[in-house]
Amino acid sequence: MCLAVPLKLVEIEGYEGIVEMGGIKRRVNLSLVENPQRGDFVLVHAGFAIAVINREEAEKTLSLIREMEQHS
Amino acid sequence: MEFSLLRQKKSVELLLQKVDSLLESIGREVRIMEVCGTHTMTAYRSGLGHVLRKKGVRLISGPGCPVCITPEGVLLAAAKVVEEMENTILVSFGDMLRVPVDGKSLLTLVPAQNSSVKVIYAPEEALKTAELNPDRRVVFLATGFETTIPSIAWVVLEAQRKNMKNLFFITSLRLVPPPLRAILCSGDVNLDGFIYPGHVSVIIGSRPYEFIPEEFGVPGAVAGFEPVDLLLGVISVLQQICAGEAKVDIVYTRAVQPEGNPAARKIMDTAFECADAEWRGFGVIPRSGLVLRNKVLDASREFGLELSSRKAHEACRCGDVVKGSIEPEECPLFARTCAPESPQGPCMVSVEGSCLIHYKYGSVRWTGSA
Repeated sequence: MCLAVPLKLVEIEGYEGIVEMGGIKRRVNLSLVENPQRGDFVLVHAGFAIAVINREEAEKTLSLIREMEQHS
Repeated sequence: MEFSLLRQKKSVELLLQKVDSLLESIGREVRIMEVCGTHTMTAYRSGLGHVLRKKGVRLISGPGCPVCITPEGVLLAAAKVVEEMENTILVSFGDMLRVPVDGKSLLTLVPAQNSSVKVIYAPEEALKTAELNPDRRVVFLATGFETTIPSIAWVVLEAQRKNMKNLFFITSLRLVPPPLRAILCSGDVNLDGFIYPGHVSVIIGSRPYEFIPEEFGVPGAVAGFEPVDLLLGVISVLQQICAGEAKVDIVYTRAVQPEGNPAARKIMDTAFECADAEWRGFGVIPRSGLVLRNKVLDASREFGLELSSRKAHEACRCGDVVKGSIEPEECPLFARTCAPESPQGPCMVSVEGSCLIHYKYGSVRWTGSA
């Protein structure tokens, strides 16, 4: 039940937003996150965004992996 | 963002090499509890759990499955609502409604007159159901950990704000850190480290686990749910063991801050207060649950539902499975009378239950397609 997926926030209307994945759009409640912006990836759990994905940190993890692959 | 990189065979195999070299310097088997059922799923569905075990890292599933740890008494109270209260709709999450009690489940009971049971996927649907049925009572059997509690809290506050008279709650809301203390204090399970639940930690941050390295000297890492995330967590624990240190490391930095999500916690604290709570397998753990501040919304109080303490199925070992003291295969019912089509306990019902995961994915071996 603690499953949550990162989805791109494409629209914001008040406390609600629209997230998109592979062309499928879904409504999410944004009341639990501070200051979400259009274009952010939000972590969606049970119809609510529970976090805004930190892009810099995501990039750090991804580049760590890329670096490992280059050196192997 | 290329999240797919976190599932790629090559990335995983490079990290597994790192696991090998760390294990070589440790020189013995390492036992790590993955607290959250979703981590159990990541490990078994991909076959990584087996790979790690062969190498010398034993993953032990913990109490992080809300359906599995909800006590019988809560289900009995919900059953009473369905069978005895007329003009009432009981709403809850699907897995919760399929847990067996006395050979039946909330979905197979015969409802009272003009009453029914409805599966919901998101807490907000409870509110909508109540709004669409103003002449019926709606009782939300609300279960979950810190990941889900803020969304349930939002529904509670919305019901209050709209002054709704027909929405009530049976709550079984539980906090993750207290049972970890109970496990460490009991000494039943030997643990070298923890993988802390990523999405609970999105809300609570890493600080509520600090007592674990401080008081018990046990290392741990907050990890995400892709195979690479899980391995980064395992590697962090192994590195801490090698370095002779213990801390709460966050390897899921794209989602988890040390302070968690204060906005979500504020909503949670406005709707609920802390209380002692019963867990299946553990009994009552001090200050491990949340209860409604606004008692008018509390269905158990409003309708005199007793949340009794009782163990329904004597042979079912779900209580030991959630504590990590036995593996699902050690339960005498596992894969004999207890299977996904005829579950005898909650761990065979929930998608995060260790028994269901072992049953479905126990023979899956790592092929690189995670």
